[in-house]
Amino acid sequence: MSEIALNKSGTEFRRGMQAGISIGIGYLPVALTFGLLAKTTGLSIGETLLMSLAVYAGAAQYISLSLLALGTGTFEIVLTTFIVNIRHFLMSASLNEKSEDDEPIIKAAYAFGITDETFSVAAVKEGTVSAGYMFGLNLIAYLSWVIFSGIGHAVGASLPQTFQESMSVALYAMFVGLLVPSMKKGVKVVFLAVLAAIFNTVFTITNALSTGWAIVTATLLSAVLVELIVMMKERRTKDAE
Amino acid sequence: MQSEIVWMIIGMGVVTYIPRMLPFVLFRGKELPEFLQGVLKNVPYATLGALIFPGILFIHEDIWYGMLGAAAAIIISFLGANVIVVVLGSIAVLSLYSFFI
Repeated sequence: MSEIALNKSGTEFRRGMQAGISIGIGYLPVALTFGLLAKTTGLSIGETLLMSLAVYAGAAQYISLSLLALGTGTFEIVLTTFIVNIRHFLMSASLNEKSEDDEPIIKAAYAFGITDETFSVAAVKEGTVSAGYMFGLNLIAYLSWVIFSGIGHAVGASLPQTFQESMSVALYAMFVGLLVPSMKKGVKVVFLAVLAAIFNTVFTITNALSTGWAIVTATLLSAVLVELIVMMKERRTKDAE
Repeated sequence: MQSEIVWMIIGMGVVTYIPRMLPFVLFRGKELPEFLQGVLKNVPYATLGALIFPGILFIHEDIWYGMLGAAAAIIISFLGANVIVVVLGSIAVLSLYSFFI
């Protein structure tokens, strides 16, 4: 029995690693640039690697570099990081609904690897999400992020400019590649994505909210509005019966 | 390593980990009110919409660059390609574009 269980978690782990490859590719240019910027900001290679290992959150790491360059204090930088990354709470809460039952300690372990990208890949996957899958997915994404941050610092250069520019589309292309097949499944998904995209675009262009908050607010508004509409429609069909 | 920077990094790591971890430890899953469960199930698709727009339009000063990248990704994935093919295909299209422009 235990052998069967072990085999199952082995394939799940491998499946997770396969799903992580697009993220690994997408992180490459972003992590290289982070390493390079960290160097120009004056961080040592050890500090750069430590940040990618311990924080593992692209946007917050970039912001911390610009704040360091401005001479901002430690407390403000940590607070800003918290605010920028609070959106992961929503993602973890959502993923927890489709994750398989496991010891809280195991879930707490793979929770470390939740990013915009790993969340998106795991959340649109068919069926439930197992711990093995999450560990495989996280491993590839994490290795790419940490290793390429280090290389960016060590080499002190990013990719050739045209290549760097075209690779900057990678993560967005991945998000599109995850969303479009789900959109074919139903009009609800289309509404959710389009509404959130419109809200986020309005918040961003008007500068009403900072990036982290804009994404959380746009996501929540769209998810709640669409759910309310679905609920009202269901009630109406029930009343009609 | 400067110790102040190290403490800052550790602080950043802790405040980033807490929101990632809390929901997994606080909730067992499926015990929240039905409406809230519905909202949480909607979150992935709404997040994807917000992660793509408007960010993809601003990857380059030339807005057509982002538009072309978005169009390439949408068309390739609409044709049923695997996510990796969508990623590599979009990179290839933009490489060609910057090569010729």
